[in-house]
Formats: sequence, structure tokens, C-alpha cells
Amino acid sequence: MPMRPPVTMPCTTPFASLPVRSVAVKTVRSKKEKTMDVLQYSPQALSEPPSFAPGYVSTVARSPRKPLVRIPQTLTEVTGPADFGERLLRAPVHDMTREGKGEPLGERIIVSGHVLDDRGHPVPNTVVEVWQCNSAGRYVHKKDQHDAPLDPNFTGQGRVVTDEEGRYRFVTIKPGAYPWRNHYNAWRPAHIHFSLFGPCFATRLITQMYFPGDPLIDIDPIACAVPSEARNRMVSRFDIDTTENEWALGYVYDIVLRGRNATPMENPQ
Amino acid sequence: MSDTLVSEVRPLTPWQTVGPFFHYALPWEGGENLLREGVLGERIIIRGRVLDAMDQPVSDAMVEIWQASSSGRYDHPEDNRTEVPADPAFIGFGRCPTNEDGVFTFHTVRPGPVPGPGNTEQAPHIAISLFGRGLLRRLVTRLYFPESEANAHDPILDLVGPERADTLIAKRDEESGGVPTYWFDIHIQGENETVFFDV
Ligand SMILES: [Fe+2]
Repeated sequence: MPMRPPVTMPCTTPFASLPVRSVAVKTVRSKKEKTMDVLQYSPQALSEPPSFAPGYVSTVARSPRKPLVRIPQTLTEVTGPADFGERLLRAPVHDMTREGKGEPLGERIIVSGHVLDDRGHPVPNTVVEVWQCNSAGRYVHKKDQHDAPLDPNFTGQGRVVTDEEGRYRFVTIKPGAYPWRNHYNAWRPAHIHFSLFGPCFATRLITQMYFPGDPLIDIDPIACAVPSEARNRMVSRFDIDTTENEWALGYVYDIVLRGRNATPMENPQ
Repeated sequence: MSDTLVSEVRPLTPWQTVGPFFHYALPWEGGENLLREGVLGERIIIRGRVLDAMDQPVSDAMVEIWQASSSGRYDHPEDNRTEVPADPAFIGFGRCPTNEDGVFTFHTVRPGPVPGPGNTEQAPHIAISLFGRGLLRRLVTRLYFPESEANAHDPILDLVGPERADTLIAKRDEESGGVPTYWFDIHIQGENETVFFDV
């Protein structure tokens, strides 16, 4: 086996030593006490999956049927968990192939990308939580009954923080496809689950990253709950520059969170 | 309000379900306990069930809460009101997976009121995100407290309207160990469907 090259990690800072996020204060306050109008983050996209998508059978009894109540974002929604020091979440894991005593089986990959807002601004110092099954398509989860082997050297959970340019990077094993019981011969395309916070409550996102060229994507009811042009945004791309010689294939996956106007509302006075 | 120059807007990354297998990755030890040494305010317990259309418990959901401190201040750079004291011992964020009975529990403090849009004040409330298998995207709701007179003037409850606002009011439960306890069921669907927000 070739020598493992040194890995350059943009995200090796432990959560506890992260700088306090510098967020430009965009709150507009009047002189009257208790008044606080806040700049709004962009609305939910029309391309979001609906809560009710009957092809994904579990949504049938788990989707609201009354219309959502539209509310303005208030101070509650434009704030959110920001101090991810040691008090919140679990320890960072940048290399999911080093959680066991030996090397996990499967195709070693590097996944990296930028977390941006919809105006193209980087989202720095935000936690990215990831989890996935092993290369055989099996999760380390007591309710996963798929008849595929567990890998004693692979758990499949990681946690990284974006750097000042909004970049993240982690090393893992390419996950396998796995069957589920949604319909006859149902198989999930290979995917990695992503959970992000962004700057506030309104920017929270949980999604799944898929792999290019996977024939299962376009017949998967979960991926297909998103219209096809938007579905492509969840598919990573192979990248030879992220790939490391004689060591691991590289995939790039950029994530776009809701943003808001950089220019504060003009004060009429 | 003046129009601002909008440069090219990038399309958002869509939501996908958290799926059933998040337990070994997302919850963390003590994630449901927001109390730290020296925290200010009145300790309370928030407990409830997540229920589906048939009122069956949803045992593979995850609840996150976000709330202000007892003085009504958010632990976030954007809440920079100097006249409201911050509580360095209180973050205001918690996460709890539901158990086999669909039950979640949080140990926290009673939040103070916070400013609302315009000249309004929001009644004490807790913002809730619900995730789970079968939920393609997050459901957002709020918990309000039954004894709070400020509910009558809350701008968000006002938008909800009197017919459904009661789905957002927790019920006072038996105290556990002298700690005021509130029960808040989240009905994803059905006759008592909880109000969910597009925010
Ligand atoms: Fe999955």
C-alpha cells in the first residue's frame, strides 16, 4: 500500500477554539423601546420538496394538511445557535476512516465544498454534521435490518466546521446503495446526510448529497420529491483537483443556504 | 424601504428528510438539557409527544428548540440590546430525539418576552423545529405558555388567529420534583393538527 500523504485540512480547529462569529449587525431599531424590525432572509424556495409526496409512503400520515401560516421573521428566527463551543454538539470528526482500529472497507473519498448564502457570500464557522451507511449499504443503527455486513472499522458519522471562506472538507468511504421497504425493489441511491445551521434559526438545512451518474437518483421517491432541475443541486461532482494521487477520489458539493440583502434598509430619516 | 441591488441569486440547496438512522450522529449527551451551572431564571420542563395522522406516536423524529434567556435575550450576536442583560450560562438551543412512545423532553428555563415586528412585544415562546422519517422538510412551530397574559397581544399568535392558536399553547402538567412542567403535543396531521409556520 502506498504511503498515505499528509492531508491538508482546512477545518482542523476544535469547536472550542472557534472565534466568535463576526456577524455584521443588520438590525434596525427605532428609538421606541422594545421595537426591533429585522431584515428578512429570503423565503423558502418553491423548489423545496412538499411535505406530502405520496411516492414516499411515510409522508402520507406525516404531512400537515392545513396550509402553513406565513409569519415574518422576528428576532427569534434571525438568531440561532451560534456558539458551538464545547457546550454544544459532539467532537469534530474530519476523517471518518480513522474511527476504528483499522481501515474501513470500501472506496476512500474526500468530500469538500463551500457553504454559501444565496447571494454568494461564504457562510464561515458553521457546523456541518454528516452521517452515512458503510460501503456495503448498512448503517450502524439498531433499526437497520438490511442483510449487509457491518464494518467494525466504520461508524459513519462526522462533524466539521466551515473556515473563513465557508469551506469544509472531510474524508470518508463511499456509501453503498441500500434497499428500503417503500415499494417493491426500492433502493436508495448512495447518499451522505448533511445537517447545517448557518447563521440563524431560519437558515437551518438538512439534506442529502448524492453521487454523479447514479441511476437510482431519478427513480428515488425522496430525491424525486424535488423537481429535477433543483434535484441536480443535491448531486456532488467528481473533481480531479480534489482527488489525491494514489489515495482517494474527490467529490465537490457546494451548499447554498438562505441569505439576505447585504444592504440594510435605508432609514427614512 | 428602498430597493437594494440584487446580484445574481443562487438557487438554494433543497431539503431532504433526516431519515430514520440519524440517532448515532445527531443527538449528543445532554442535548435535551439546556441548564448549565449558574443559569438564571425559573427552571421548567417541556415534554410532549409527536403524533401522526392516526394519533400514533412518531418514534423516529427529532425535536430542536431555540429560545431566549429568562431575561428575554438571545445568545447571538444579532441580539445586541445592552438594556437586556445576557446570561452567559444559557445558550438556548437543545436537541432531543423522540423515544419509543414519541416523547421528547427538555430541561430549560422559562424564556422572557422578546421584541416583535414594529412596536410589538412577543409573548414568551420557544421556537421548535421538527425533523423525522417521512418529513421531507423541517416543520416549524412555536410553544407558548398557558398562563401568559402577553399571549393576547402576541403578533404571531395574532396572525394564527383564534381558531388554531390553542394548538401552540402548552398545557400545564403535574410538576415533577417541584419543577413546573409543560406538556406540548405536536400533531403533524389530523383533527388537532398543530399550526406550522412558513417562516
Ligand atoms: Fe440514508
